[in-house]
Amino acid sequence: MYKSRIFLIEPCNGPRRTSDQSQRSSPASEFGTVRPVLFRATLRNSASGIWLSSAMASLEVSRSPRRSRRELEVRSPRQNKYSVLLPTYNERENLPLIVWLLVKSFSESGINYEIIIIDDGSPDGTRDVAEQLEKIYGSDRILLRPREKKLGLGTAYIHGMKHATGNYIIIMDADLSHHPKFIPEFIRKQKEGNFDIVSGTRYKGNGGVYGWDLKRKIISRGANFLTQILLRPGASDLTGSFRLYRKEVLEKLIEKCVSKGYVFQMEMIVRARQLNYTIGEVPISFVDRVYGESKLGGNEIVSFLKGLLTLFATT
Amino acid sequence: MLSVGGLRLNLVRFSFLLLRGALLPFFAVTMTKLAQWLWGLAILGSTWVALTTGALGLELPLSCQEVLWPLPAYLLVSAGCYALGTVGYRVATFHDCEDAARELQSQIQEARADLARRGLRF
Repeated sequence: MYKSRIFLIEPCNGPRRTSDQSQRSSPASEFGTVRPVLFRATLRNSASGIWLSSAMASLEVSRSPRRSRRELEVRSPRQNKYSVLLPTYNERENLPLIVWLLVKSFSESGINYEIIIIDDGSPDGTRDVAEQLEKIYGSDRILLRPREKKLGLGTAYIHGMKHATGNYIIIMDADLSHHPKFIPEFIRKQKEGNFDIVSGTRYKGNGGVYGWDLKRKIISRGANFLTQILLRPGASDLTGSFRLYRKEVLEKLIEKCVSKGYVFQMEMIVRARQLNYTIGEVPISFVDRVYGESKLGGNEIVSFLKGLLTLFATT
Repeated sequence: MLSVGGLRLNLVRFSFLLLRGALLPFFAVTMTKLAQWLWGLAILGSTWVALTTGALGLELPLSCQEVLWPLPAYLLVSAGCYALGTVGYRVATFHDCEDAARELQSQIQEARADLARRGLRF
C-alpha cells in the first residue's frame, strides 16, 4: 500500500528513490513519503506543484540519519572521495613508499582520493620528505597538516578530519604493515553491504601475519579470544587499525571514545556496536616491521588488559 | 500445620520463579557486559544452591544430586579446556603471509627507483 505511493513521487524527485528503500524503511520515513503525494494531487501539473513537492521532499533529507544513509547509497561512485589519514612520527624511510603504494592502488582502480599526512613534529625529517612528495604528486592529492609535537592518535584523526574533503575516511599505519592494495577491496565491501565501517581483519578468512614468532601469535590469539568472550563485539579483529569509515561515523565515534593506544581502536568498534552502526570485514595481511624490530612488552600487555576490563565494565 | 508448611513452600517457589523472570534484563535494558555476566552467574548460582540444598523441597533422585553437586567445578574445568583448545587451534592455523612479504619487498625496490626518477632525495 505504501509502496505504490512511493513510486508515484519518483518522477518528480529523480533517482533519489531506490528499491532498497522497501527493505530499510522506518515508520517515520513511511509517513514522510506519503505527504508529498497528497500535495501533488492538489497542485497537479503546475510548475509550483512540482517545486513544492520537491521542496517537501528536500525537507525530508534532514529528517533522520537513516535517510541520509540512503542518500549516500544512491550517490554515483564517481562522487565518492576517499581521504586517507596518515599520522606519522619518525617515518622518514617508510613515508615515500607508503605514499607511492597508495597512489598506485588508487590510480589503478580509478578512485578519487586524497592523502592527509599528519606529522607530529618528527625529529628525523619526515616533514621534508612529505613536502617533496607534495611537490611530486600535487597538493590536491597530498595534503600536509603537521602538528608541533606528539599529541596522540585520537587528536591526530580529529585534526586530519577537519581538513578532509572526502566523504569516506581510511585510517591505516604508515609503517608498511598495512598494504594499500586492500583499500579497493574495502571500498567494494563497503558498497556491497552499505556498511558504516569496514575493518581489516588478520584473524578471519585469508587474513594473516608475517614476521611474528610463536610467542607473539599466542599472545595475540589469546588476547583476541578474551576480548571475544568478554565483549562479544561482532568483529573478529578489534585491535587492528586498518579501517574505512564514513566521515560522520568517525566523527561521532571519536567524540565518544575516551581511551588511548590499542584500546582506542577497540573502543571505537565497541561504541560503533552500541550505536548500531554496521561493520563489515575484509581479510588483510599484516607484514610486521619491514624496518626495525617489533616489541610487545609487559607494559603493553598490562595496559591492554586494563583497557579491556574498563570496556567490559563500562559498555 | 501442614497448610502452613505448604504456604511457605509456595512462597519460596514463587520468589524463585520471579528470580528466573529476571532473565528479562538481557533483552529489555542495555546493561554493561559486566552486569550481564553478574546477572547470569547470580541466576545460575542461585539455581544450583536452591537445588543442591533442597530449599525448594524437591526430592531429587540420588543420581541427579551426584551430578549436580560438582557441576560448577566441572563446568569451570571444561571452560578452561575449551579456551586452551580454541586458542591452540587458532594459533596453529594462524596464516603466515610469506608471499605478501616478498611482494612488498619487490614493490619497495620498484618504489624507490620510481621515486628517485621523479626527483625524490631520500
